[in-house]
Formats: sequence, C-alpha cells, structure tokens
Amino acid sequence: MTERRFAIEVEDLTLAYQDKPVLWDIDLHVPEGILMAIVGPNGAGKTTLIKTILGLLKPAAGRITIYGKPFVAQRKLVAYVPQRGSVDWDFPTNVLDVVMMGRYGRLGWVKWPGREDRELAMEALRKVGMANFAHRQISQLSGGQQQRTFLARALVQDAQIYFMDEPFQGVDATTERAIIQLLKELRAAGKTVVVVHHDLQTVSEYFDWVTLLNVRRIASGPVSQVFTEENLRLTYGGKVAFLSKTAVSQSTPDTLQPASSGG
Amino acid sequence: MSVQLEVQLIAVVVAVACALPGVFLVLRGMAMMSDAISHTVLLGIVLAFFLVGDLDSPLLIVGAALMGVLTVTLVELLNQTQLVKQDAAIGLVFPALFSVAVILISRFARGVHLDVDAVLLGELAFAPFDRVQFWGLDVPIALAVMGGILVLNGLFIGLFYKELKLATFDPALAAALGFSPVLLHYGLMTLVSVTAVGAFDAVGSVLVVALMITPPATAYLLTNRLSHMLGLSAVIGAGSALAGYWLARLLDANIAGSMATMTGAIFLVTFLLAPERGIVAILRRRQRQRWEFAQAALTIHLLHHEDSPQADEECRVDHLGEHLRWQRPFADEVVRLARRHGLVTQDNGRLYLTDKGRQTVQDAIVR
Repeated sequence: MTERRFAIEVEDLTLAYQDKPVLWDIDLHVPEGILMAIVGPNGAGKTTLIKTILGLLKPAAGRITIYGKPFVAQRKLVAYVPQRGSVDWDFPTNVLDVVMMGRYGRLGWVKWPGREDRELAMEALRKVGMANFAHRQISQLSGGQQQRTFLARALVQDAQIYFMDEPFQGVDATTERAIIQLLKELRAAGKTVVVVHHDLQTVSEYFDWVTLLNVRRIASGPVSQVFTEENLRLTYGGKVAFLSKTAVSQSTPDTLQPASSGG
Repeated sequence: MSVQLEVQLIAVVVAVACALPGVFLVLRGMAMMSDAISHTVLLGIVLAFFLVGDLDSPLLIVGAALMGVLTVTLVELLNQTQLVKQDAAIGLVFPALFSVAVILISRFARGVHLDVDAVLLGELAFAPFDRVQFWGLDVPIALAVMGGILVLNGLFIGLFYKELKLATFDPALAAALGFSPVLLHYGLMTLVSVTAVGAFDAVGSVLVVALMITPPATAYLLTNRLSHMLGLSAVIGAGSALAGYWLARLLDANIAGSMATMTGAIFLVTFLLAPERGIVAILRRRQRQRWEFAQAALTIHLLHHEDSPQADEECRVDHLGEHLRWQRPFADEVVRLARRHGLVTQDNGRLYLTDKGRQTVQDAIVR
C-alpha cells in the first residue's frame, strides 16, 4: 500500500466525566479519502470521541491533530453533522436558512450571508433531493428530511473531513440509500468521512474502514481486516448472537437489508 | 411634547427594548432567567450606589450588569454540580441576592430614593419629571436611558444576528465553527441585565419580565421566521404599551400594570385564535383529521373485502357498525362524507369504491 496522508491523528486520548473514564488512551490514525464507521455498544464513547476531536469536549490527556495541526487551526477543513435530535426542530426558521448556517464558518463574525451562499445552499439541497423543500418550515419535516437538511448543511461547508453522528438514525430506506450514495461521492472526491454507526449489518456494505470502540479502541483499520467476529466479540462482549452472520468472513452483502425504516 | 405623549413614548421604547432580547430568551428556554436577573440587578445597583454615593451615576448600570452576569454564572455553576436542577438553581440564587439587596436598602439606604415598592412596580407616570439636557434637547432621563439601551440592543442583535441564531439553534455547530456560544450567551445576558436595570425605573422589576417574555411568546405562535419573530415581538410590545397606557387612564390605574395586562391579553387572544398554532385551529384540525381518517378507514375496509365471498355482507352500510365497531350515527356521517367526496357510491345499502376512493386508499397506505 502506498503511503497515505493521515487526515486525523489521535494519540493517547483519555477523557473522563469526573472519575468515570469515557475514552481510555485512544490511538487513531485515519488516512485521507476513506469512509469510516465508528461502531460500538451504547455508552462506548462514540459521540464523545467525535465531539472531543471537534474541540467540543476537553480531554484529560492526549493529542489530536487534523492534517498535522490542532483542530482550532483547521476548523475550515472540518464539517460536522450532529445527531438530528440535538436541536429544536420547532425553531422558527426554514430549510434553506438551516443549510446556509453551514456557510457561517467561512463568513466569520458579523458578515451576513449573500447571494453566493444562497446559491451554494440551493445547490446542496438539490444534491440531497430537497430543493422543493427550501422554504418549508423545519418543524414540518420528516426524520429523513431533517437528516437530508443537516447533510446539505455539511455539504456547503465545503470541507475536507466530514464527521456525522448517526446519520441513519430513524430515517427511511430511501433516505438511507441517498445518504450513502452521497458519502460515496464525497469519498470519490478525496474527502474523508467519519460516521458514528449503529447497524453492524451494513458496515461491510457501506464502509471501507472501521473503528471498533468500547471506551478503549478495540481495533481500527480496513473493514476486510478488522471487522472480524473476534473483534466484535471484544467490543460487544458476549451479547451479539448474530455475529457470525455479520462479520467479514461470512458476509453476504447482497442479502443485507437497510435496517431501519419509518420517520 | 406633552407629558402624556412623553409617557407613551417611554412606554413604547421600554417595551421594544425588552422584547428584542426576550426573543432569544424564549427560544433558548431561559424565560425564568429574566425573572432572576431583573431582581438581582437591584443588588448591583445598591452596591454600586454605596461605592459612588450617587443615584444618577451611570456606574449603577455597570454594577447592575455585572450582577446580572454573576447571577447567570452562579445559576450555571450550581447546575453543573448536578446536585440541583436549573429551575431550582434559579430559585436559590435570585432570592438570595435579592434579599441581600432588600436588607441593605432597608438598613443603610433609608431616605434615599430606592424604595422597594418603586423597584417592584415602578411608576411610569412620574418618568417625565426627571429630565436631562441631551444634545440641547430637554428630555426625560428615562427616555434617554431606554433609548440608549434600545439602540444598544438593536445594534447587538443586528451585528450578531446570524451568530445568535446559530448558537441558539445548534450550539454544538456554533462551537465547532468557532463562534463561541459561551461568549454570545454572556453577551446576551449582559444585554438582558442592562435592559432590566433601564426598564426598572419605568416599569419595575416584576413587569420587566412580562415585557421581555410575553410579546416574543406571542410572536412565536404567529410566525415561522426568526426575523419576523423579532419584528412582531417589537410591534406587539409597542402595541401593548400604548393600549396599556390608555387602559390605565381609563381605570386611573398603574400604567406598568396595565401594560403587562395588555401583553397578557394579546397573548391569550393569540393563543386561542392564532391561524395555525392557536388552540381553536388545532382543535378544528384534529376534528377534520378525525373525519378524514374515518373515511380512509372506510375505503380500506371496502378494498379489503370487495373481492371476498362475504363482500355483499361486509360492505353494507348497516353492517359497518358491526365490523368497524362504529356507532350508527357516526358510520352514517362517515358514509355521507365519503359519498360527498366521491370516494364511494351506494346502491341499495351496498357500498362500492370509486376510482377516487381507490386512490385515497393508496395515499393512506403509503403515508
């Protein structure tokens, strides 16, 4: 394998809430241009890891760099899609306005978004199939439409690295397919995409790289090498009865179904 | 300008100055923080007064603003210990600071124009008698102070509109993009504190809360856009101020109390009659949905059974009660509506789906 640049490097990262460790001595080297899933049981620290990399939480120890520099110096290279449930969807605003928020980072303080930002936002909405909803009040969106709106907002950030926290949570099958299509386009354009993911069934189908996390980093690498029954058992304990169907050795991608529907 | 006009002008300026930061308090779920701040700023005023010995010194406003920020900080520190919830933290901090202020006033500042009644209720009618020369104009102090605060609020919200919007809607993204939500938060709280102090003299600390919270809460029911919500809050605040002034004249009552009453009255009317989110609109929508749902249920029932051997039995009007567990009058009404909308036809007591009825079934199932 040729030498690749690391988009994200995490070394010896430890984070605790009071005396309860949430992340223990995490090492992570994410090469540029991959589509990576972070999987692990509830409370494994998946969201915490992303938030720490984004400077939203303060680690007790460790070093994090984005393309070799601290996050603060590289903000503009990073886009973030938080969990859909983390915001108030009754906020008085419409879809286009939420997408334009993705441009605020480039604009900086005080400056107002202009026509160009508007056009970029519309372009992003077209990409996620939401152009007809641009002026829809956000409280009237379904779960899938909310997720597409968030995705469009990340697209207009025009970043190098995309962090997404459970983008497939509670979306319909159509949206799930649309999102994964977009993620693959991002990867094809040389971007790095890191996704907190819940559905083990789809890991091998959607992603080429995976990090298994349960407070400690169990494994991280290409799906074909590290997404093994052994590693999954280490991550989830004995609780995963369907492992043998899911893990790399026996995986049969054509029988896999999108797991969640509704919304 | 006549005294009456001046009083009305002050009332409008106070109401608009309060409504603007109030919009963000309401959207952030921090309405009660304004209650706390509007009381604790009194301690700031008292302490600053002891320091400078002059009731007209602008330093009093600085002291009040600092105390407002301290209030927010204390509430958040208490909250962060996770031993008290936020509403309890507010309930602990504000009476503590306020009571210290009350003791200090009653013990050391008797005879100074800083009595507790004036602080709680204010008296707008007397505002025009304290005057100041301002750019060669002879204006009431309250008008000059509140005018300045209105401009300050307008500037802050105008300059940091997009930052405030983002930090209110999605604080995590705001932080990730480098717009410090903490800084904006304390900026906003400083503004609320300064506004509370300024409005103090005119309307008193209790009614400041009504002017900060009620107009934005009303506007929230009427619009889907933040910019419109700001504009509407200002208009509703100004309207309540004028209506309150005339109500007070009519009843020969306290002006501030009448203003607050008017904000409440406007809220109540909006709460009941707002076009989309009002109680009446919601009830009517529910009623309509109930009938629409019943019609959809009827069409689905007909579709399921139209090819079955018992079709003639299942699809009779007089058997709907038995199969769908509907009361006869309800079933008759549903059939009447479904026929009127062209979803079913009736022949000799037997119901048949129309093409439009079939389409309705499709739509209902897909949804």
